[in-house]
Amino acid sequence: MINKTTNQKAWLFVIPVIVLVAFNALIPLMTVVNYSVQDTFGNNLFFWEGTKWFEEVLSSPRFHQSFMRQMAFTGTILLIEIPLGIAVALAMPRKGPWVSVCLILMALPLLIPWNVVGAMWNIFALPDIGLLGYSLNAIGIDYNFTQGPIAAWITTVMMDVWHWTSLVVLLAYAGLVSIPDAYYQAAKIDGASNWAVFWRIQLPKMKRVLTIAILLRFMDSFNIYTEPFVLTGGGPGNTTTFLSIDLVKIALGQFDLGHAGAMSLIYFFIVLLVSWVFYTLMMRNET
Amino acid sequence: MIKYKSLLPIIYIIFLMLPIYWLINMSFKTTNEILGVFSLWPLEFTLENYRTIFTDPTWYNGYFNSIIYVAMNTVISVTVALPAAYAFSRYNFLGDKHLFFWLLTNRMAPAAVFALPFFQLYSSVGLFDTHIAVALAHCLFNIPLAVWILEGFMSGVPKELDETAFLDGYSFSRFFGKIFIPTIASGIGVTMFFTFMYSWVELLLAKTLTSVAAKPIAATMTRTASASGYELGLLAAAGALTIIPGALVIYFVRNHIAKGFALGRV
Repeated sequence: MINKTTNQKAWLFVIPVIVLVAFNALIPLMTVVNYSVQDTFGNNLFFWEGTKWFEEVLSSPRFHQSFMRQMAFTGTILLIEIPLGIAVALAMPRKGPWVSVCLILMALPLLIPWNVVGAMWNIFALPDIGLLGYSLNAIGIDYNFTQGPIAAWITTVMMDVWHWTSLVVLLAYAGLVSIPDAYYQAAKIDGASNWAVFWRIQLPKMKRVLTIAILLRFMDSFNIYTEPFVLTGGGPGNTTTFLSIDLVKIALGQFDLGHAGAMSLIYFFIVLLVSWVFYTLMMRNET
Repeated sequence: MIKYKSLLPIIYIIFLMLPIYWLINMSFKTTNEILGVFSLWPLEFTLENYRTIFTDPTWYNGYFNSIIYVAMNTVISVTVALPAAYAFSRYNFLGDKHLFFWLLTNRMAPAAVFALPFFQLYSSVGLFDTHIAVALAHCLFNIPLAVWILEGFMSGVPKELDETAFLDGYSFSRFFGKIFIPTIASGIGVTMFFTFMYSWVELLLAKTLTSVAAKPIAATMTRTASASGYELGLLAAAGALTIIPGALVIYFVRNHIAKGFALGRV
């Protein structure tokens, strides 16, 4: 840790960042707040509505359903991606030419535009022309993600695992390579099993990076929009309509601004709350 | 034992490559072949899809538009984040922890929440459908990320470096430009990689803020798909081409990428 000195002039260094981020964050946020407490009949005439929209959103079954779908999705992908990412990172080579090859190939999905990810999985999973869909049907599994809710759900989860597990792998790997060899030698002298090495040395050393991984994966999966929108359009029915997809439907589809504004703020608040918990945990680990 | 262990990364990488292979496979097929027969490789190999993209301005301009706003965003984000990250890594000042968390909250904001207000904001200041609008909008999540990563890398540089330089009579700006920036060059490279990455892959805001003049390639793809029915071969070729810039930048930062994902703190 660096011994920081107190210097109020440091504010000057931060001003450009504050100006740019505030322009992008505060003005739009105020617009949303504005919508969330008013109603309109067009012609730019707005009426004060107080907390009406908030009560409506919080008591609407539609919001509850998207929220539960969102929780189920985020929970599922975290349960798959975190253990899988750790397992792959543990099995990766630590040195030699294969390290670069692995890292480059694994990072590739992270740099593909999100709608291309959706489109790619769409043509990969379609039952008539896609490799995955065609193969599954050929071996006798009835699979059509455009019609079956369960197939749609599984395909969306698989796409996310495909897209983001590498982030966990890279983070866990960065944690693993930072463990000095002496630790492993000491464990060997003590006759520790692989399992003991994992629980006593590797996992504790990865704690910090894994907190970052969970934080990033939580934030990004909770905000997911483009990939499932392109893959399934939120369907069949509403089965893959997550919070962001629902919000865009209400705001830009139905132009129901008051409702959308209130929902935005509730949504943002939930993400903030959970992220804050993880962030606090992370900072506590650091000091 | 070693062979057995390396199976998992191999299977994982094959799983990653299959959809990409399928996309590239389709990009070399004609739409008729895609819809007509199922084959693991192109039977009538064609470059027609790529030719269309490289000769039709509505297609190739999409690539230029994306690259222009991504480059602008990367330059803006890293330039303003450098002094701020230095301040966070070296000094205590009033409200510093709250400010840092406030910055991060913007990385947490769902883009869908901001789509409509962004459209109104950038239309009202007359920047709608310009590259700079998308570049500025992406600052919302890229500046906090850049500050976060750079602060991590800078905290790894001992403070004695600064103190020695000042004792040697360096002015702050000379120290920052001549000594400090070269010291954390790899950190800056990694930060640029991440700002590039998140700006390149984001579509919701980029699409909302543009219509014709600055339309990103990814948006061109969605509109063409809906307008001309199923031009699948063309769609696949355009998609395959969007992978290339990412693959290039990964290659350049491959040795630092793992550390970068750990936000420079391993």
